[in-house]
Amino acid sequence: MLRGMSVPIALLGLLEREPSHGYDLKRDYDAYFGRGKSLPFGQVYATLARLARDGKVVPGDAEPGAGPDRKRYAITDTGRLEVDDWLAEPVEPEPHLQTVLFVKVVLALMLGRSAESYLDTQRAAHLQRMRELTELKRSGGAVDALLADHGLFHLEADLRWIDLTCARLDALSDVVRP
Amino acid sequence: MIAPRVPPAPRADDFLIEARNVVLSFGATPALQGASVGVAAGEILAVMGPSGSGKSTLLHCLAGILTPDSGEVRYAGRRIDTLREEDRSALRRDEFGFVFQFGQLVPELTAEENVALPLLLGGTRRADALSEARAWFGQLGLAGLELRRSGELSGGQAQRVALARGLVARPQVLFADEPTGSLDSLTGEQVMELLVAAARQEGTTVVLVTHEARVAAYADREVIVRDGSVRTLSNDRAGL
Repeated sequence: MLRGMSVPIALLGLLEREPSHGYDLKRDYDAYFGRGKSLPFGQVYATLARLARDGKVVPGDAEPGAGPDRKRYAITDTGRLEVDDWLAEPVEPEPHLQTVLFVKVVLALMLGRSAESYLDTQRAAHLQRMRELTELKRSGGAVDALLADHGLFHLEADLRWIDLTCARLDALSDVVRP
Repeated sequence: MIAPRVPPAPRADDFLIEARNVVLSFGATPALQGASVGVAAGEILAVMGPSGSGKSTLLHCLAGILTPDSGEVRYAGRRIDTLREEDRSALRRDEFGFVFQFGQLVPELTAEENVALPLLLGGTRRADALSEARAWFGQLGLAGLELRRSGELSGGQAQRVALARGLVARPQVLFADEPTGSLDSLTGEQVMELLVAAARQEGTTVVLVTHEARVAAYADREVIVRDGSVRTLSNDRAGL
């Protein structure tokens, strides 16, 4: 699932295709971005209310029918501009080196435990996740493959770090265990 | 520490092919120092490890290309490291298939002749061998390339031809040594997709040597070769 802060922009993007009801937005969000974890209705309507408050969407008149909200929302020029800006802006290239992984290795070395054993376990966990993502790619559609590839390349980068760290354990040990 | 859901290693009784405490040196340089690994029938095993760790040497021992200085290699319950060279050669021809990093196609032959080669060497009539070879071209997305020579094929096409050659004799075990090592990510992925699909369909056991995690992720299980011996998580835990 996308991070919480990405939900508003994802809904805005979906609205740029065509005006939609909250229910349709939730359905499309779950289909494209949910990845097995659906967006609660409450969050959809709360997000739409905030977007409306900020002038990024406008609600239409309530339509007759059942359901909590039969308003159709449309994106505004302000909302469209935000989508443009967001799509043009690169994501902060933060290092994906996981702090916890780093701390485990250093601490293991510092305490005379087997960092190599930990790294082997971590490698196995990473590879198991990569197997799952590979299976998702093989059995799913193109959108699944796109997301799985992103995960696979990041996990692969971690694995390279794990392998390199494994090869450097003796030198690292000398530094952290003087 | 996290507890990964690692697939269970097969029981020793289930191994189709197995190395036990294999030691092999090249002159004064030790390559394998007591390497043990087993692969169950129909399993796809990835053998990973850094350059020079001994993973390709292990594959060559399992495939009967190299014979260890000590230790045993067993296939279908019998030792193959003690066989005479001609018997091991026959075993490789009849039971095993091979795919290497660079397709190593014979440049003078057409693609279909390259694929038919294991059958021709096994005594199949030329017309029959070529007919069987051609059947693989459609399955591997190579239709129309049957009469091309290796110089007229792209890297991905050549590797798929090599894959067809490795599978044409319907081997029990396919040994693949860095089969995507010379390909870009997308082409390598296509080759792995085809390799896995064909192996599953034929029930072929696969020993896949690779240093790429994304390639290893196509396998059922992986082992790591380091400093000439095989490390597996289950071994570490069981203290074997």
